[in-house]
Amino acid sequence: MAVYKRTYKGYSGTLTPAWSRFMIVPRYSIARLLQSRFLVGFRILCLLFPLGCAGLIYLSHNLSFLKTFNIQAGNLIEVNAKFFLVVSNIQAAFAYFMTAFIGPSLVSSDLTNNALPLYFCRPFSRTEYVLGKMSVLMYMLALITWVPTLILFVIQASLAGWEWTRENLWIAGAIFIGPLIWNAILSLIAMAMSAWVKWKIAAGALILGVFFAGAGFGAAINAVVRTNYGTLIDLTQVNYTIWSHLFRNQDAATTIDLMDAWNALAVACALCLWLLVKKVRAFEVVK
Amino acid sequence: MPSVIELDGLGVRFGNRQILTDLRVSLSGRTIGLLGPNGAGKSTLIQTLLGFCQLSSGTARIFGHDIRKSIREIRTLVGYMPENDSFIANMTAVSFIRMMAELSGLPPDAALERAHEVLFYVGLGEARYRLLGTYSLGMKQLAKLAQAIVHGPRLLILDEPTNGLDPPARQRMIRLIHEMKDSGEMHLVLCSHLLRDVEETCEEVLILKQGRIVHYSNLEEERKANKRFVEVETFGNDAGFAEALAGLGCECATAGFGRLKMVLPVDFEMREIYRLAAERDLQLRRLNYRRDTLEDIFLKAMEV
Repeated sequence: MAVYKRTYKGYSGTLTPAWSRFMIVPRYSIARLLQSRFLVGFRILCLLFPLGCAGLIYLSHNLSFLKTFNIQAGNLIEVNAKFFLVVSNIQAAFAYFMTAFIGPSLVSSDLTNNALPLYFCRPFSRTEYVLGKMSVLMYMLALITWVPTLILFVIQASLAGWEWTRENLWIAGAIFIGPLIWNAILSLIAMAMSAWVKWKIAAGALILGVFFAGAGFGAAINAVVRTNYGTLIDLTQVNYTIWSHLFRNQDAATTIDLMDAWNALAVACALCLWLLVKKVRAFEVVK
Repeated sequence: MPSVIELDGLGVRFGNRQILTDLRVSLSGRTIGLLGPNGAGKSTLIQTLLGFCQLSSGTARIFGHDIRKSIREIRTLVGYMPENDSFIANMTAVSFIRMMAELSGLPPDAALERAHEVLFYVGLGEARYRLLGTYSLGMKQLAKLAQAIVHGPRLLILDEPTNGLDPPARQRMIRLIHEMKDSGEMHLVLCSHLLRDVEETCEEVLILKQGRIVHYSNLEEERKANKRFVEVETFGNDAGFAEALAGLGCECATAGFGRLKMVLPVDFEMREIYRLAAERDLQLRRLNYRRDTLEDIFLKAMEV
């Protein structure tokens, strides 16, 4: 701006549609996250396993390779629902650690320096803010969970042919929905912890702790009260029950009903949202 | 003149505590000062106007938009500079201001251009690529002002804008407020503890105490009215001087040591005072308009 023009002037240009504004927060947040070399390195690490699986799928369909090493077709690896369940589980574990890394900075950075009034004094609601912040995690986690697993499915489908694809199309649905649920609960827990604990390291530890503590307390309740309902506070077990159903895993040793698992998940989500509603506001009423 | 802010029986309650009670006023000045002691409800009133607080009774209108029904439209028209530190420490000033402009609805390119412009305007042009966390207190205040004006609001709400500023920085802030006022493109609400800041910049003043309006004053009007109050200091024998002035219609009160306070009648010629003094061989050492300062107005309001 030229020095002689340094006077105040209003803005009379066009405005963006209101519905599109929740995308602004994730755009800036993702740009900030990608400045971290550690995160970029971790993301590459997370993709190594699916890359290896893609190689295995390719080799299991490569007749010259199988012939060279005298391996019968189908003996190298059996690509079925169980295979994709294992891949999804491993990627979900990576997602868990990535959440502990990304999650703490999501809301706490805005809360630490009291930036929330600046968001909410604009035509931008709390719902849009939560949606925007949540979509940061959903996007980052999708890139290491269901997206690479779905790519593996597409590779397998293209190599195995139409017959296999038609019979196993439901697996694609499970690959998408299962990790999506896991990512959603991880995101909500991370945001709730980030909103309540401003110190990033403590928030990260708490995100990890929620799952470990849930498993520990769940086992203790089961042992003391001699019931299985303690498992309902163990979110990894709850998720395992849902995934086993989605991937039609008959061998799964689930101890709780599917309906109970869904209810437990709904309660956990509602609790996280309540915690967020309590903290994500333009000002705090001191009692 | 159409009203900028109209409070219509506005009440706000936090739990069992009534914070604002039945506020009724129509403000239409270009710069409106909001005064009151700590805990009077100034910040709550501002937060209510921005839709942060739930109303317990009544309503308020900004440029005719009801805060109960059209808060999104109101937020498009308003810029807000909060009292406390408000920023994201690990963002550069330019990207922070740009994000805030985009959240107000500006397209990304226009937002970037405006972010650079307002940072230059407030005087942070050279520091615009620095992280906000590294800014000094004065620079943070200016960055808060920049984010409040980046989208070109019609109403700018400034909550304690000169808090923590050294005298040159305070002067700069006051100058910016004057410039924005004079641009004619926006109205300003200035909430401050510093009466001098409000007196220097505001046309209208609203004084709150314990959540109620205790005084509304149009400073412009008062300044005109105050021209009728005169203080005179004389040297010599002033016997009969006050009586002579009273004979011309002035209301006089002697304050001792040759000092007189008087209220002049309408159309009174000032030269009459000099004439009467000359007739009595009386020296006039001082003659000035005795204006009620904002401090006087504020202290009177606090006695209510």
